[in-house]
Order: sequence, then C-alpha cells, then structure tokens
Amino acid sequence: MAKNPAPGAAQDSALLLNCYREMLRIRKSEQRLSKLFADSEIPGFIHLSIGQESVPVGISAHLKRDDTVAVTHRGHGQALAKGVPLAGFFAEMMGRDTGICRGRGGSMHIADAGVGMLGANGIVGGGIAIAVGSALAHQLAGAGNLAVCYFGDGALAEGVFHECINLAALWSLPVLFACENNGWGEFSRTDTQFCGSLEKLGAAFGIGYRCADGLDVLAVHATAADLVAGIRATSRPMILECKVERFHGHYEGDPQKYRDPEELKALEAKDPLAKAHAKLLALGLEATLLEALAAEIDDEIEAAVAAARAAEVPQFAAAKADVYAS
Amino acid sequence: METIRFGQAIGKALGDAMRADPRVFLLGEDIGAAGGPFGVTRGLHKEFGAARVRDFPISEAALVGTALGAALCGWKPVAEIMFMDFCTLAMDNLVNQAAKAHFMFGGQSAVPLVVRTPHGGGLNAGAQHSQCLEAWFAHVPGLTVLCPATPADAYGLLRSAIASPNPVVFVENKSLYARKGGIEADPQPIPIGEARLVREGTDVTVVTYGASVYAAEAAVRKAAEEGIDLEIVDLRSLQPWDEKTVLASLAKTHRLVIFHEAVEAFGIGAEIAARMADVGFDELDAPIVRVGAPFMPVPYSPALEREYLPNEDKLMAAVRRVLL
Repeated sequence: MAKNPAPGAAQDSALLLNCYREMLRIRKSEQRLSKLFADSEIPGFIHLSIGQESVPVGISAHLKRDDTVAVTHRGHGQALAKGVPLAGFFAEMMGRDTGICRGRGGSMHIADAGVGMLGANGIVGGGIAIAVGSALAHQLAGAGNLAVCYFGDGALAEGVFHECINLAALWSLPVLFACENNGWGEFSRTDTQFCGSLEKLGAAFGIGYRCADGLDVLAVHATAADLVAGIRATSRPMILECKVERFHGHYEGDPQKYRDPEELKALEAKDPLAKAHAKLLALGLEATLLEALAAEIDDEIEAAVAAARAAEVPQFAAAKADVYAS
Repeated sequence: METIRFGQAIGKALGDAMRADPRVFLLGEDIGAAGGPFGVTRGLHKEFGAARVRDFPISEAALVGTALGAALCGWKPVAEIMFMDFCTLAMDNLVNQAAKAHFMFGGQSAVPLVVRTPHGGGLNAGAQHSQCLEAWFAHVPGLTVLCPATPADAYGLLRSAIASPNPVVFVENKSLYARKGGIEADPQPIPIGEARLVREGTDVTVVTYGASVYAAEAAVRKAAEEGIDLEIVDLRSLQPWDEKTVLASLAKTHRLVIFHEAVEAFGIGAEIAARMADVGFDELDAPIVRVGAPFMPVPYSPALEREYLPNEDKLMAAVRRVLL
C-alpha cells in the first residue's frame, strides 16, 4: 500500500485510511443530500455537518454495535458513523417507504434501533436524557455497553443538559457526553449565548473532561479511545469536547449573512477531510488509491439514491394505523 | 374479595409487575425508602432494592427522558411525577419524544414507558399542586391516558399500562389514595379503552372519571328523590376512550351530562360532547351539558376551593337542565 513505510507508519496510515474512508463517506453523502435538497428531491429542513465529520468517526471507531448513541439535528455523520446503512438513510431523506423510518422521520427524526442509534432529534438537547437513559439501561443490563450522547454547543444552555450531567455523575452511568462545538448556536455565536465552560462544568460534577481538535480525526480517535476505555473500565461518565467548524449554514439554504465572509473563506484551509487526505499522501499512499476509494463511495451513494428514487412513497393509511405499537 | 386502599392497589400492581418481569423498574422523587409522598411505593424499596426503586433527583425532564431512553432499550420503567402540575417540566420528553418515537421511527421502537402522576384538588394545595391536566395528554397522538376511580381499576389498569408497548400517562386523583374498595384475590389486568358501567339507569347518562365518579354516585340518591334515574359511566381510559359504551348509554337515556374535575373549557368533556353531537345526534333529546371546574386557577383557601370544585349539586343542576 505505502511506498516507503517507516516503522509504525503502516499502522498509522491504515488507521487514518479507515477514518478517512468513513469521513469521505459522510462528506459525500451530505454533499449528495445538499444537491438533492437544491433539486427539491429532499423536502423540509436538513442541517449538514460538513466540517464536523472527524468527531463521530473518531468516536464510533471505539463503539460496539450494542452501544447506543442519541444524535442531534446535525447528526447525519453521527448516524452513518454508527452504522446506519446508506440505502435506508437516503430513502428516508427522500421520504420513501423503504426509508429506515418508512418516510415518517426524515433528517431530524431518523433512528435505527438495529445499530443502537436511538434517534436524531428536532429539539436542541432533546436526545440528551434519552442517551443517559440508555446508559442506565446498560448499567442495569451489566454487559459493559456504553452510550454516546452527542450534542452541540447550542445545547449547553438547555436545562435538561444540566439535569443529565448531574444524574450521570450521581448514578455513575456509562455515558460519553460528546460535544461538537462549532461555535454557532443556530444563527448566533455561542459566546453570545453561553458564558460557562464545559470543562469546569464537568469538574463541578466530578466528570472527567478532555478536549480534542475536531478537525483532526486522529486526535479525536486517540482521545475518544482513552475516554471510551475509561468509561468501560469505571462506568463513570466522561465529557469530550471537540472544536469543529460548521462549513454550511444552520440549515441547508441558509445564506449565512450573519457570518463574516472572511471567516467563511478561511474555512477551506481548515477542512479536516483535506487534511486527512494530505496526510495520507504524505504517509506514502497512492493518490490513485484514494481516487478509487472516492469512486467506490460515489457508486454506493448513487446506488442508494437510485434505489430511493425507484422506491414507493409511503401509504397514508399504513402510517395512520401505526401511531401506537401493538 | 379483599378490601384495599386505592394507593395500596397501585403499590400492589407495581410490586406484582416487578415480580413478574425483571425489566420493570421504578424512578421518581422520594419513592425509595421514603415510600413516595403519598406512600404509594412504600415497601417496594425494601423488597426490590435501590437499583429497581430509584430515588430520582428533582429533575423532571431528565426523569421522563431517562425513563424513555431505558424504554427504548427494552426496559419497562415506571416513572412517578410527584404532582401532575410538574409534568410541565417534562413536556418535551412526553410530547415530542416519547409520544412520537414509535411513529416517527417507522414502527421500529416500542416505548413501554409509564408515567404515574397524581392530579386533583381538595387538599387546599393551591394552583400549582392541584391541576387536572389530562386533556393536554389526551390531545397528543401516541400517548395513552388512564384515570381510574376504584382500587380494582387502579390495579388492573396499571398492570395493563406497564404491559403496554406505548407510553402511558397514568393519572391518580390524590384524594382517592386512602379510599377503600374491593379487589379480587388474584386480580387481572383490565383492558385499556373499556369504560365501566357504574350504575344502570334510564333517564340521564353521566359520563365521568376519576374522583368525580364518587360525586356522581353521591348524586344518585338526590336524583332519585326527584324521580330521576341516573346511569353512570366511568371512562377509566381517556385516550383511547370507550365511544361505543357512551353511545350505547346515550341510545338508552337520550340525555348526556359529562362531569369531571378538570377545567371545563377545552377539556375531555368537550371531546366527548363533540363526538356524541356527531355520531349520537339522532339519539339526543336535549343539549349535551358539561360540568367541570370553572376557567380559573385552582384557588387555595378552603372557602374558595370548595366553591371551585365540581360536586354533586353542580351535577344535579346539569341533570335537571337536560330534563327540562
């Protein structure tokens, strides 16, 4: 694979290549969503996580299938990294009956019980207590699983977050509080909304805290490895804060007039995927191999989109009859 | 047939459900060694331990959300919200999360979650500890809402609630906790959605639920003195409610009064009246009349609360109206 592997470099490049593949799969999926949205093939609201892919990829590398995650409204990457299959994912976004939620959920309300993905959430902070509840389920079951509670910096001022970090510490629940801090709470800078410190908040409750560069997937991967191992060993909650950048608007189509054009222009140089790509080349990987990888992912995505286009739309009567479980 | 108090019947249902299924566990404020503010969970902490009878911090949003997360993982949590008024703090988790998870995730998930909570006045507990908010929850697709009146119904419906794959708001009128009633030696679950015919009568149907059932029963003698024979239907289950039984009763008496402690405006009674005015139009010999609390916060002073609460005299005034 590598041209002139240095000692240890082969291992590094294999790990980075795996992470890169996952990030690229998320990036390309969201770019495809963006295009489908622009072409009116996806209705409603979608919130893209372009620029934030390192976080769920770095974390999910350490998760088992039965570990649970609750993801945010900006959660496509968090969902895909946990193993939500692309075909069901695209069909859901496109409102088809073959969607993983039969076209009833969409981007903000997608879940896949089969891979422990408990649900995206249209409510900021709405998944926090659910993730903590699944951590309680893991504690009761005693099988050594853990929960990942994804949230954004915009959720830091939500009351339920504060209730839940207290509870998780009080009951020693196996949960990783994973904050993707992109500096923006919807249309406002987070420093105009929240004046606390996640680190100090964790310390106040005796919860271990680590910060990782969310633009560097290996940094997230290494930090998450420590935290996940620590949670499994101690059943104590931990906090991981990753500083990331939000490349797109709050919602797709958001003209972002509230952002400084210079800041937006500077994002390009911070692209975590481009960084990983450059590093792989520096480690000696062939560019053609990465191109082939990209083509493979494109094919997978296009197959998912084509299948969704060909799929039936959901029937109203079936949806109406399924408000309650039987 | 044994005699048991309403609160004890609920405790018995919780204990029996926990013995029958290791996935059932309880969460709530002060429900452990303290036995709950009304003593409903007394003894359960000792039998099942702190892992299954969990004292929760005063964090209602986390309480319901955590219970929901556990339910989505296959556990059967029963959460207690100390007063129904405090449900406001857990509304996102009840309304946006629990109620919708099954539907919006395409039927993947069952949500075997029960939220028990006491409603109702009569204790001079004032505006924030006395409300009957069940209509809010009955308005939310995905939620089941139950409100038993007797110890036997409390037991049987709570067993059904815990067995249900859907989120249930189980409402207990706090003035009933000490009330005694009969229960079978081996009580069985009572199906959700079936009303109980409390008393057969020929002249006026009174549809009611919760503590108001007893006020309706108290009105029977007064009515009889005036030559009026009341039929009383106890809904027990508010969402879904037993339209068939109410309609059958209306077809017999042709007169309908709906009687509940909750605020009358936009309440459970409004829904029943609207449905009966539609599907029961041909049966009606008089306007449908509702008797509920006036449109005001529950007042504190005994002198005010007495006048605020619906009672048999207000019910009788309505009964006379539909017989004019």
